[in-house]
Amino acid sequence: MKKLQFSKICKNFGAVVANDNISLSLGEGEILSLLGENGAGKTTLMNILFGHYISDKGFIEVEGKRLTPGSTKASLDAGIGMVHQHFTLAENLTVLENIILGTEPLSRLWSKKKLAYKKIEALSKRFGLLINPDAKVADLTVGEKQRVEIIKALYRDASILILDEPTAVLTPQETIQLFKVLKEMVNAGLSIMFISHKLNEIIEISDRIVVLRHGKLVGEVATKKANKELLAEMMVGHKVTRPAYEKLEIGKAVVELNNVCLNASDGSVGLSNINLKIHEKEIIGLAGVSGNGQFGLASILQGLTHPSSGEFKLFGQSLIKYDPRYLTKSGVARIPEDRSKEGVIGEMALWENFLGEELRSKAKSGFIIDKKKAVNNAEKLIKEYDIRCEGAFASTRLLSGGNIQKLILARSLSNNPRFIIANKPARGLDEGAISFVQHQIINAKTKGAGVLLISEDLDEIFELSDRIAVIFDGKLQGPFDASSLTINQVGLMMSGEMKEGSFNEA
Amino acid sequence: MRLKTRRNTPVWLIAALPILSILVAFIFGAFFIIWAGESPITAYIALINGALGSSFAITESLTRAIPLIFTGLAAAVAFRAKFWNIGAEGQLYCGAMAATLVGTGMIDLPSIIMIPVLFVAGALAGCLILLLPVFLKTHMKVDEVVTTLLLNFIILLFVNMLLEGPWKDPMAMGWPQAARIIDNGVLPTIVAKSRLHFGIIIALVMSIIMWAILRFTVWGYEIRAVGYNQQASTFYGISINKSVLMVALFSGGLAGMAGVSEVTGLKGYLTLTLSPGFGYTGIAVAMLAQLHPIGVIVSAIFLASIYVGADAMSRTVDIPNYIADILVAISLLSVLVGSMLARFRIVWGK
Repeated sequence: MKKLQFSKICKNFGAVVANDNISLSLGEGEILSLLGENGAGKTTLMNILFGHYISDKGFIEVEGKRLTPGSTKASLDAGIGMVHQHFTLAENLTVLENIILGTEPLSRLWSKKKLAYKKIEALSKRFGLLINPDAKVADLTVGEKQRVEIIKALYRDASILILDEPTAVLTPQETIQLFKVLKEMVNAGLSIMFISHKLNEIIEISDRIVVLRHGKLVGEVATKKANKELLAEMMVGHKVTRPAYEKLEIGKAVVELNNVCLNASDGSVGLSNINLKIHEKEIIGLAGVSGNGQFGLASILQGLTHPSSGEFKLFGQSLIKYDPRYLTKSGVARIPEDRSKEGVIGEMALWENFLGEELRSKAKSGFIIDKKKAVNNAEKLIKEYDIRCEGAFASTRLLSGGNIQKLILARSLSNNPRFIIANKPARGLDEGAISFVQHQIINAKTKGAGVLLISEDLDEIFELSDRIAVIFDGKLQGPFDASSLTINQVGLMMSGEMKEGSFNEA
Repeated sequence: MRLKTRRNTPVWLIAALPILSILVAFIFGAFFIIWAGESPITAYIALINGALGSSFAITESLTRAIPLIFTGLAAAVAFRAKFWNIGAEGQLYCGAMAATLVGTGMIDLPSIIMIPVLFVAGALAGCLILLLPVFLKTHMKVDEVVTTLLLNFIILLFVNMLLEGPWKDPMAMGWPQAARIIDNGVLPTIVAKSRLHFGIIIALVMSIIMWAILRFTVWGYEIRAVGYNQQASTFYGISINKSVLMVALFSGGLAGMAGVSEVTGLKGYLTLTLSPGFGYTGIAVAMLAQLHPIGVIVSAIFLASIYVGADAMSRTVDIPNYIADILVAISLLSVLVGSMLARFRIVWGK
C-alpha cells in the first residue's frame, strides 16, 4: 500500500496556477525527491499537505485514509513531519524543551520531562542523531539544529518526513552524515520526501525523482536511470548552458587586504588577520559555512564597515574613508547578500533604485535629482538586461527575486567595474537566472574585473573560480589554485581543518 | 480571512480615502449627537455654518489652520523618515519663547527684517530642543517617542515657570503672560476686520518648499529611503544618523515656526494657552494628509474648520464642543484603517 498519495491536486492563486493536476505517491521505506525551480509549485504542494492551504481540487490520502484538508493538526496526527529550510526553533530554550514544545496539553501542570528525555535518547541512538537534550539551542551548530528539527518530527511519531532544502546550510561532511541518517530511517520503515534543486545530492540520496515545472508534474524517473543533464533539462524545460570556465592572464591587483581584523560584535564572528589579494581578470571563490566571517569581510569590501585594524588597498591605494558612494564611484560593483532587503528599496520605483548608489554623484549640482536622465537610464538597462517589470515607474517590490537580481547586476555592472564583490549572487534563483548571473560575472571578468565570489554552493565555486579561499571562524585559508583542490578538501577546511602543508599564499 | 498585498493601489482609491474617512467620521459622530439629545442634521448645519458660513467664519477657520499647517508639516516630514517626533507641542513653545526673547525689546528692526529674524530664531529653538532626543536615539538607541513626548511636559512647565516668574508682564493685571511683541515684530493681518494674518502665507510657502524638497532633491530621496528601509539605505551610502538629524532639524524648525506665528500673528504675547494641543493635532493633520506636504494644507484647513465649527455649534446647539475631538479621532482611525485597505485586499476564506 502507498504510504502517501496525492490525487489530482489543483491549486490556483488568482490567475496563477500553482499546482495543476498533480498526482504522486510515496511508498513505504522510499526516498522520493521533489525537484523543481523556484515557483514550480513544490512549496504550495507541501503547504497543502500540511494544511496551510486547501487545494481547489483533488485530495491527499495517508495509508489509504483521506486527510482532512486545511488542518495542520490532522496532518501531524497522520504522522507527517516537516523539517523546514529555515529552522523553527526557540533559541533560548534547550533541545529538550524545543522538542516537547506543543506536544503537551495546556491543562497538565508539570511536563513529563523525564519520559521525554528517555524517548529522545532512544531516538537519537536509533538513528545516529547525536544530540545533548540539555544543550541550549543557541549554542548548537547549524547541523545540530537540523538534527533537533528531525528529532522533533520523529518525537511526534512521524512516519513520513518532508525535508525542505535540508542541505542548503550544511558542509559537505555534514551532508554525508545527514544522508547516513536518512538511509537509517528509511531502513526502519520511514518514508522520506526530499525537496531540493541540487542535482548531485538528489541523485545520490533518492530512489525516485519527480520533477515539477510551472505547477505541472513533468517527469518521473527512477534515480538509477537519471543523470544531471537530463534532470536539469526536465526542470527548466530546455537545455541549460552554464558558462564555460576560461583561465585568463591576470593583471594588476585590484584589492589587497593586509592583516585585516574585525572585532566580533552582536553575535557575529569577527575577522582575524585576513590577507587576500585579488587581481584583474580573476575570480576568487570564497567558500565557507554561513556565519563564519563572510558578513564582516563583505561589509568591509562594500565600504560599510571599518576594519578594527589592518589595511584595505583598493586599486593600489590605501582606503581611508569607508563610504559606499566612494567605492561605487571608483569602480567597485557591489552585489549584496540579501537582494530584496539590502539591494533594493521595495517601496521605491525601479528608476529610483537604479539611482540608489549614485544618488549624489548623478544629481544636478549634487542636490537636485535629474529624474529625466535617471528614468532614461533605467529604461535602457531594463531593456538591456531583460528585466521583467511594468516599467521604470513600477514599484520594485513587485519584481521576482531573479528580476531584482538582474536590476542589481544591471546597476553595478553597467559601469564597467574593476572590482566586483558578489555575495551569494545566485542563491535562491532558478536555473535560468543562475545561468544569467554567472554569465554576467564571467563577462565582467573577461572585460578585466577582479571578482570575489562568496558562496555556499561549492559546485558554483568550483565552476567559476580561478582560485579558492575558505573562511572558518573568521580565519582565511588560501586562496589556492582551484585545480589543485577537491570538493572534499574544501569541505574539510569549511569545518575548520587546515589543509595539509598549507600556508597562506596571499 | 486574510490580507493580500495589492499589486497596485489605484490612484482614485488614494484620493477617495480621506474623503471617505471624513464621511465615516460624520456618520459615527451623528450617534454621539443623538446621544446628546440633538438632531445630527441641525448640529452639523450649525457646525458647517460656524466654520464656513460667513466670511468671518472662513477667516477664523483659516487662522486656526495656520499653526496646524506648521505642526502638520513637522509631523509629516519626520514620519516620512519614520522618526516619530511627538514633541511638536514642546517645540512650538520653544519657538514661541525664542520669539518672545528676541521680539520683546532685545532688538528693534524694520518689520521686513524683524519678522524673518523672529521666525529664524523660533525655528532654531525648535531644532535645538530636538537635538537631545536625536542624540539619545542615534548614540544610545533611546526611543524618540518617549523622549520627545516627555520633553513636552518639561517645556510646558518651564514656560509656566517663566510666566509666573521672570517673564511675567507686570502690566497684565496678574495674568501669567509675557510682555507684548514689539510692533515691528507683529505679523500684519491680510483680511480687514479679521484675525487672519500673514502667517498663512508663510505656512503655504513652507508647504511648497517641503513638497519640493521631498520630491525633487537628494534630501527628499534620503528621507524617504531611510523611512522605507534602513538596511538598503546604508548599502546605498546614506548615513542613517545624518538623515535622522536632518529630518529632526526640519521637523523641529517647522514646529518652532508654529509657535512664532501664533505669538506674533495672533496673540501678540506668550501665554500658557497659546496652543490647545496644536502639536498633537499636527500628527492627525499629517496622517490625514497621508504625509503629503500639500495634503497637509487641505487637512489642516479641514481639521481647523471642524474645531472652529464645533465651537460655534456648542454656542447655538446644546452640544459640547468636544464633539470636534470625536470627529477628528474617528476620521483619523478611518484613515488608518483605510490606508491598510489601500495596501491590502481582504480575501475571505483560505
